[in-house]
Amino acid sequence: MNTRTPGQRLLIALPYLWLLVLFLAPFLIVLKISLSDLAVSRPPYTPQIDLSEGWAGLKDFFANLDFENYIFLAEDSLYINAYLSSLKIAAVSTFITLLIGYAIAYALARAPRRWRPTLVMLVILPFWTSFLIRVYAWIGILKTEGLLNQALLSIGLIAEPLQIMNTTTAVYIGIVYSYLPFMILPIYATLEKMDESLLEAAADLGSSRFAAFFLVTLPLSLPGIIAGCFLVFIPAIGEFVIPDLLGGSDTLMIGKTLWVEFFNNRDWPLASAVATLLLLLLIVPIVLFQRQQMKQEIGG
Amino acid sequence: MTLPFAPWADPAAEPLIDLRNVTKRFGAFEAVRDLSLTIHEREFFAILGPSGCGKTTLMRMLAGFETPNEGQILLDGQDLTPIPPAKRPVNMMFQSYALFPHLTVEKNIAFGLKREGIPKDEIADRVTDIMRLVQLTDFARRKPDQLSGGQRQRVALARALVKRPKLLLLDEPLGALDKKLRQETQFELMNIQETLGTTFVIVTHDQEEAMTVSSRIAVMRAGELAQVATPTDLYERPETRFVADFIGEVTVLEGRVTTASRGGVGLAAMEDAPDLRVMTEDTPPAGTTAWLALRPEKVSISAARPDGADNALSGKVLDIAYLGNISTYHVELANGTIIKAQESNRQRADRRGITWEDTVWVTWEEDAGVLLRA
Ligand SMILES: Nc1ncnc2c1ncn2[C@@H]1O[C@H](COP(=O)(O)OP(=O)(O)OP(=O)(O)O)[C@@H](O)[C@H]1O
Ligand SMILES: [Mg+2]
Repeated sequence: MNTRTPGQRLLIALPYLWLLVLFLAPFLIVLKISLSDLAVSRPPYTPQIDLSEGWAGLKDFFANLDFENYIFLAEDSLYINAYLSSLKIAAVSTFITLLIGYAIAYALARAPRRWRPTLVMLVILPFWTSFLIRVYAWIGILKTEGLLNQALLSIGLIAEPLQIMNTTTAVYIGIVYSYLPFMILPIYATLEKMDESLLEAAADLGSSRFAAFFLVTLPLSLPGIIAGCFLVFIPAIGEFVIPDLLGGSDTLMIGKTLWVEFFNNRDWPLASAVATLLLLLLIVPIVLFQRQQMKQEIGG
Repeated sequence: MTLPFAPWADPAAEPLIDLRNVTKRFGAFEAVRDLSLTIHEREFFAILGPSGCGKTTLMRMLAGFETPNEGQILLDGQDLTPIPPAKRPVNMMFQSYALFPHLTVEKNIAFGLKREGIPKDEIADRVTDIMRLVQLTDFARRKPDQLSGGQRQRVALARALVKRPKLLLLDEPLGALDKKLRQETQFELMNIQETLGTTFVIVTHDQEEAMTVSSRIAVMRAGELAQVATPTDLYERPETRFVADFIGEVTVLEGRVTTASRGGVGLAAMEDAPDLRVMTEDTPPAGTTAWLALRPEKVSISAARPDGADNALSGKVLDIAYLGNISTYHVELANGTIIKAQESNRQRADRRGITWEDTVWVTWEEDAGVLLRA
């Protein structure tokens, strides 16, 4: 088996090199900072590796690393609550995104064939604009004297403007809106390649359209649903921009906490500890997702 | 003595399926045109025809997936049009099988029974029985993508059969099977048909299959029925050149009717040969064009001119198709017409006298062929 040319080996090594340089190295740096202590210096933590002192310096450096920050995180309920709240917000928004995304994907897959490319284009179209700008646009829509309230007031549906801005509801709206395409596309892909004669067969064998949906369409689109949910859930947990711009002070999300620690408190070690834990927290669903994808590939 | 099964010949018999002037259009294209047909209970009805002639469309209208633009389809005298596919006592085996990829063989077969709300034990029994019948017992737990083409086909068949419908529609059910399995399944189908009393409508490309299994055959052409008849009638008494040509091997000779008398005509088919003598009940008037359809097995071939044959023509052997038990000789006449003659190989090949390029005589009796007027 060991007959690969050096060129082939390099080719195989490339992705690993990429991961090493762009993922593992930064992660190790963050991990190291998370084990350090806060200091009034530049950069704002100690110890720092001092290679001029040689072996003794290195030993000194390792001796000064500790888990203090992690212990602090565990003891202060703020962080645990932020983690849990992030999980909850991510889970709820994933669910809402799934409901809306499935309906849209279904409609796309049932649209006349010649329309489909255009409709799919429309789904991806928002990506042409900066994410940040799109979230800012939602401020314009949701704020007290924003478009939504004006519209609702003018048709007389409400008497007082709704307070949506700076609430968790606004965060849900923001997340669902931003991540919807990630839900629609994988579900659409599975629905689109589904053989329509399967539904005819289900009807022929005596099932109503409703039953056929739950017995045939839904199970067959399950891979798309799973992929979509992971693609929304994973980034939503660490989301920072949306809770920061749309959410209020009561919206607790770990991404925002991380930001506050880093930039407002300038507590790099603690922020790094939060980041490390967040990563560990995300690894679980990511690994699950990978395994699911592998199963898909082997299965079909 | 029991009478032969021929309910279609009995004008008082109520048909199971009654298609009345059915037309189906896709846009401006007429896939099925003004088609009327009755199918009787316990029939094994075959639909034969070239690709794209509307066979699947006809089946889909019976199953309820297409609605006729004009005309009516009655089942047991009841109009089927407003009844959705799920409520029809009709099941279809799809040309593409349409097996549910996420369900095992067993669950695919049980799918229709579960929808009916049949008790669990009965479902299990019926599924087991049918799987034994189509020899799928060993594959019960497999998913469709782990099966061969032939096995998938049998799952599709079992899934439709297990519902015990009044009418079972089979759209090319045996296409993917090898010859042996195909013949076994054909006989299996006929057995099932006899035991369950189900009425079958089968679409096939294989005319031999249609001849083997069916009580009657409908030959379709471009959305219309060319002829509906029993296998024997279709073979022996085709009504048009299209049907004669479509079923079995045939030589068609075109000619002008010279003398017409009751029971027979003279047909001028070749310039420098005497008129052909053809026996027919339906005599065309003299002067019209007609065609003589000759099955190769009714034509003899010999080296010397035999005495007393009604029709004899001489030509050269162009080709010999050796099929083991029989050989088909393609004999080219002086004017270029090719006549096919078949001989059974009672003698070993090396002892038979006739070979390529030999000058031979082909002969047939006046009642051997069929005179066609279209
Ligand atoms: N949904 C449709 N839209 C437009 N044209 C159609 C549709 N379904 C069938 N046709 C056309 O109707 C004609 C008959 O089709 P059909 O499928 O009934 O043929 P078939 O006899 O079953 O052929 P085959 O032996 O190849 O299966 C074909 O010309 C086909 O192109
Ligand atoms: Mg077809």
